[in-house]
Amino acid sequence: MLRIKPDQKQRVTITVNGKAVSGYAEPRMLLTDFLRHELGLYGTHVGCEHGVCGACTAIIDGAATRSCLRYAVQCDGLDIQTVEGLADPDGTLNTLQKAFNENGALQCGFCTAGILMSSTKFLQENPKPTDDEIRDMLSGHICRCTGYTQIVRAIRQASGQ
Amino acid sequence: MKPVAFEYCRPDTVEEALELLKEFGSDASIISGGLSLGAMLNMRLVRPKALIDINGIDELGNFDAGDATIRTGTLIRQAGAMAMPALMSGVPLLAKALPHVGHYQTRSRGTLGGSVAHADPSAEIPLTLVTLSGAVTLRSPGGSREVPAREFFQGLLTTDRRADELVTGLTWPIRRGQTGYAFEELAQRHGDFAIAAVAVEATVAGDGTIADVSVGLGGVEDRPFVAATAGFVGKPATEATASDIANTIAEVVDPMVDLQANADYRRQLVRVLGTRTLTAAFDDATGQQEAA
Amino acid sequence: MDTPDSWIGARYPRKEDAALLTGNARFIDDLEPVAGIRHVAILRSSHAHARIISIDTSRAEALPGVHGVVTGTDIAGAINPIPSAVRVPIKFFPIAVDKVRYVGEPVAVIAATDRYVAEDAMELIDVEYESLPPVADPVRALEEGASLLHDDVGSNQVHHRTFSYGDPDAAFAQADKVVKLDWRFPRYSSTPMETYGVVANFERQPDRYTIWSNFQGPFILHALMTGALGVQGNRLRLITAPHSGGSFGVKQAMFPYMVLLGACSKLLGCPLKWIEDRLEHLVGSSSAADRADRVEAAFSRDGELLGLRFDNIVNVGAYVRAPEPASVYRMHAASNGCYRVRNIFVENRLVVTNTTPIGLNRGYGGPQFYFALERVMEAGAKELGIDPAEIRRRNFIRPEEFPYDSPAGALYDSGDYEAGLDQALDLAAYDDLKAARDKARAEGKLFGIGMAAGIEPSGSNMAYVTLAQTPEERAKAGGRSGGLGTATVSIDPSGSVTVKTVSTPAGQGHQTVAAQVVADALGLRPDQIDVITEMDTATSAWSLASGNYANRFSSVVVGTIAETAEKVATKIKLIAAENLEVAPEDVELVGGEARVVGVPEKALPIRRVASQTHWHPAGLPDGMEPGLFETTILNPPMLDAPDDQDRVGSAVTFGYVFDLAAVEIDRTTGEIEIVKYVSVHDVGNVLNELVVEGQIYGGFAHGIAGALLEEFVYDAGANPQAGTFADYLCITAPEVPDVTIGHFNTPSPHNTLGAKGMGDGSSMLAPTAIANAAADALGTFDVELPLTLNKTWAKANGQEYSRAGSTRAKVGEGPREAGAVEGGLTGEGSVELSAPPATVWEMLLDPDALAAVVPGCEKLEQAGEDSFTAEVVIGVAGIKGTYSAAIDLKDKIEPRSVRLVGKASGALGFGEGEGRVTLEDIGNGKTKLSYSYRANVGGKVAAVGQRMLGTVTKLLIGQFFRGFDRRLKSGGDGGGNSGGPGFFRRIFGGGS
Repeated sequence: MLRIKPDQKQRVTITVNGKAVSGYAEPRMLLTDFLRHELGLYGTHVGCEHGVCGACTAIIDGAATRSCLRYAVQCDGLDIQTVEGLADPDGTLNTLQKAFNENGALQCGFCTAGILMSSTKFLQENPKPTDDEIRDMLSGHICRCTGYTQIVRAIRQASGQ
Repeated sequence: MKPVAFEYCRPDTVEEALELLKEFGSDASIISGGLSLGAMLNMRLVRPKALIDINGIDELGNFDAGDATIRTGTLIRQAGAMAMPALMSGVPLLAKALPHVGHYQTRSRGTLGGSVAHADPSAEIPLTLVTLSGAVTLRSPGGSREVPAREFFQGLLTTDRRADELVTGLTWPIRRGQTGYAFEELAQRHGDFAIAAVAVEATVAGDGTIADVSVGLGGVEDRPFVAATAGFVGKPATEATASDIANTIAEVVDPMVDLQANADYRRQLVRVLGTRTLTAAFDDATGQQEAA
Repeated sequence: MDTPDSWIGARYPRKEDAALLTGNARFIDDLEPVAGIRHVAILRSSHAHARIISIDTSRAEALPGVHGVVTGTDIAGAINPIPSAVRVPIKFFPIAVDKVRYVGEPVAVIAATDRYVAEDAMELIDVEYESLPPVADPVRALEEGASLLHDDVGSNQVHHRTFSYGDPDAAFAQADKVVKLDWRFPRYSSTPMETYGVVANFERQPDRYTIWSNFQGPFILHALMTGALGVQGNRLRLITAPHSGGSFGVKQAMFPYMVLLGACSKLLGCPLKWIEDRLEHLVGSSSAADRADRVEAAFSRDGELLGLRFDNIVNVGAYVRAPEPASVYRMHAASNGCYRVRNIFVENRLVVTNTTPIGLNRGYGGPQFYFALERVMEAGAKELGIDPAEIRRRNFIRPEEFPYDSPAGALYDSGDYEAGLDQALDLAAYDDLKAARDKARAEGKLFGIGMAAGIEPSGSNMAYVTLAQTPEERAKAGGRSGGLGTATVSIDPSGSVTVKTVSTPAGQGHQTVAAQVVADALGLRPDQIDVITEMDTATSAWSLASGNYANRFSSVVVGTIAETAEKVATKIKLIAAENLEVAPEDVELVGGEARVVGVPEKALPIRRVASQTHWHPAGLPDGMEPGLFETTILNPPMLDAPDDQDRVGSAVTFGYVFDLAAVEIDRTTGEIEIVKYVSVHDVGNVLNELVVEGQIYGGFAHGIAGALLEEFVYDAGANPQAGTFADYLCITAPEVPDVTIGHFNTPSPHNTLGAKGMGDGSSMLAPTAIANAAADALGTFDVELPLTLNKTWAKANGQEYSRAGSTRAKVGEGPREAGAVEGGLTGEGSVELSAPPATVWEMLLDPDALAAVVPGCEKLEQAGEDSFTAEVVIGVAGIKGTYSAAIDLKDKIEPRSVRLVGKASGALGFGEGEGRVTLEDIGNGKTKLSYSYRANVGGKVAAVGQRMLGTVTKLLIGQFFRGFDRRLKSGGDGGGNSGGPGFFRRIFGGGS
């Protein structure tokens, strides 16, 4: 059994986008803060810290889920995919990212990382979704700029439909 | 918006978890999916001395299908449950309810047992368990006990769980023949907590009358509960009866009032959703009969 | 993409996107621009209105990791109040000084090693408040005897002016029909996904503040900040982060925090970083104004609009935070909307209440204005029996009348309003829609059609705000006018092009559009041009109007960029002409080359020509300045000061939007289905179709959200109720209906590229179009936004809606439903107790007995003859809080009745209230105890847990009396409680 005292800094190692990285966290440190301020992965954004807005969504251990409702110490040894891992190492955008660009599916881009991570996992599970299914998946995200229409189009395009 | 400092404990077995509960009692918070608890922790509404993370306890992920019941371990994720054919076909009401639970990004992590232990008055999983007369299994150092769901939920976020107990699993009765199911809810936004939710299990006799009916209400009062409908057994399983039942229930409920809805509106939703779900459940049951 | 003839107007995917899509874009919380930063948490008022008796920071300061704590007294001693456009004796500091005036107002600033520790320390600050009566409603705030927010003002009305254009009285006197609507407009906000963020650093020798933020200024607010900080302009350096996560105007309101953090940095001697959290944002940042207004319209028999009267009551919140009162003046110069009406009367009253100060929000003042004008047009049509499309058509300004000089001074640049209407009717298949309505109504369904037409003023004249002053006051203050745009285009020694715009976008694609404009001018591709949109007041060319608001990018800034690029192009042509030995007018810039027209092989790479200005200045044409660095500062000429008739050219371009909605309302549930929505736009020349489309969809979603979902609700105790994203219901993908978009263009003569501002769009009109459609369906104009399920259902069934509904008491069954109603938390009930009244009375007044039965009571002591103090732990499911309570007994009539007045406070909030208990002997040694109470609950529990308060109160009372009765039965030692309920409801759905 693992026990970490409230003020004890624990070494946490996670595999982010295929690479094992480590940092230190007290038990109460949110995974979002750990990713951003401990590991320097600023691509994951924080919009509400109470699990509603979806901006911080990452793929954690194979599930697209809120990273603001996880504590870093819970994630020791897990595999996490973040927005930084989507494009090719040379910066070439993947199909989903290209579709977002071509369809105007982002404006300020603050919520975008979370939506990309949800959509990535969603399309793996449901490669040819209907627009209603896309909207249902998107209901777990808040985007204030786009009105969502162009996001739906982009995801549909990325699914090859 | 950061939590208070707490000790983090990650037991590997139920026994270890129980030891921790003994040590910390009500000063501990148990986290499974953390979709509700995490938010309350971050807002410092919950201020535990220790956070007991049960996600490392393998046996809580078990799934056992028996002849009459299916037992799901606390840690089965909502999305995982939706991907279990045996559970979805064995407990059709759960299959109908789960798509209404939260969002894609929360069902992936939220658990069946966590939702039950949290006991939100409008949560779908507790409502389903209550409607089906399921049960909750609790373990303490003194042993294991099974509590009928209809007794487990005692009020707002309040259950029969004692501070030294852990919810280890849920028991779901498997569908019976000639029984139909329906689930509907209405929320201001897609995926929100329901203003009102109605779950129905109905058995229709060969002569088209109601043999048994269970109408569960969520979001209406401070806990999910099953309305009294015994008087309608033997009545024809028709839309007219459905409407009678729903109207009767609507008169006796004592609805909550919140920012989204007053008592009158909740009563109205009991009427409307009640009629719809009862009718749909009768149709489903009749369809089962014809198929058989 | 291939090179088109013109990059302007192309559907060019945005340059900004790649960085945003890969996690490489940097926002304010991603920056640590200076070493040694401490992190800030802000303690905020949990009271709507209270005097601060004392603040004890000693426990917080003693916490390891805490660097320091600053209170209002410290700040008031260090800076000046922030100036305001309204001349009333209000001292507006960015933190409460002696009084708190809204829930969420800053009370103390804590700096610590990290945010976690800062929040720990925040809980260790002890503030003693003395409650004052709160008022949240602007009409109540104006009533005689209303609690005053600012004693020195002597009233809650902080601004009052009337305006008359033409002869409104005569117009109304000769009208065949006068239509009047009294209306309320709710408070809502676009709640950008990125909250406010500030890093402030004060340095000595020279004394200078540097503030990094996601602000959208500098705007005129830079001057207000230097005024507050008491420094000259060059000692306040503002720098914005490269990216900003949305604003919609909301981030203008962060400037008091920039002042606050700057002042704290000076006081604490270290750089500070504050990232607002979502709870802070929802209660303490800003929102659009709620209004309580009246509009009257005078019509002739055939539907000619003869006159308008607007009576506006604006709830500005607790302070008049700049640029208020601009929200009610932004549309003022265009009070005629799209119409030819010349006789207009406007009365504006601004009211302070115990609510969060208002500020810019998408459409700024537009949604409220059109809610009046376009609903009264629809009502007029109905009253006169004229089709609502037709009545608008008859009154529209005609294409040949442009440029149109509006009665209150706005100079409309171009337009064809009827063409837009026709296109909308066509796209909506209006006749079919009306037939569908007839059919639906015949089937007993609630089906309605509504529309709204509006102009969209863009590129504001800063001077319109001075309408808040009388012509005499303005004359005394000296002239104010303008809306300067600035841009710099430079080519460095390597030949690469950089554009600087100081336009501080928050997602509007400025980089892309600027690059398209410059690409056209220089014969390059947009991807060859880098655009820097952030500002640094120390190094950028900026002026008072610089920033991102009022759709000024496409109406003003783009023209400025085009003119600047043209200057660079001219210079390149001059140099190339000399090198190619042709006349400059024979040189064109195409495909990266300076070519001789008609002789494509005679060409020089632009790169080479440009670099010559750096590498070989001696070889330049005679008299030419070396280098390529052009800056333009442009002021649109129509932006002059208001005249002595209060007429002002308020904006540069006037786009146009026509929206049409058809809805069907489910009578049984109140669900509104938007069957059809058509939105037609004239944005002038389109600069980038993809960007324009994105703005239209986005504005539409905000409008629908305001119509159906979003509201910052306050209860009568001025406690905000929508404190989380589970309570403030931002629109999500499934709630956004399909919209058919139509375009037509009347190029604006007011800027080089013929473009118009267009960011507001349907955010201004959708609330009204939906309200009109709902009104048509429901057969009443008395509709209030947002049209939530409950409200709409009540309306559809002829019921008065109240948040509490008609609760039914169940006599003898314990407490009646205790709802969180407009009047606070109220309830009543009765119980039967197993003892005669005398025994019950004795126990009610016995501290020991009460201690045993009060749920969660840890300690209860008699403090005076009729007063008690107690420590109570209330909790459910781990949500526990310790509360200190004081209770006084009043009006005792032994053993019949007593009144209890009490208050309690703790980490999660506070409560105050009173109750009455009466005892009645019902024989058999039993007593019927009846009670009623009214309570005001505030703080975190109210903001984030409001939904459950009623239920919890009921449970607590039930527990109390069960314990009480047990104790009576057992003769004194029963009682106790079983952990019991708590204060909170769900945050989030289903799973845990």
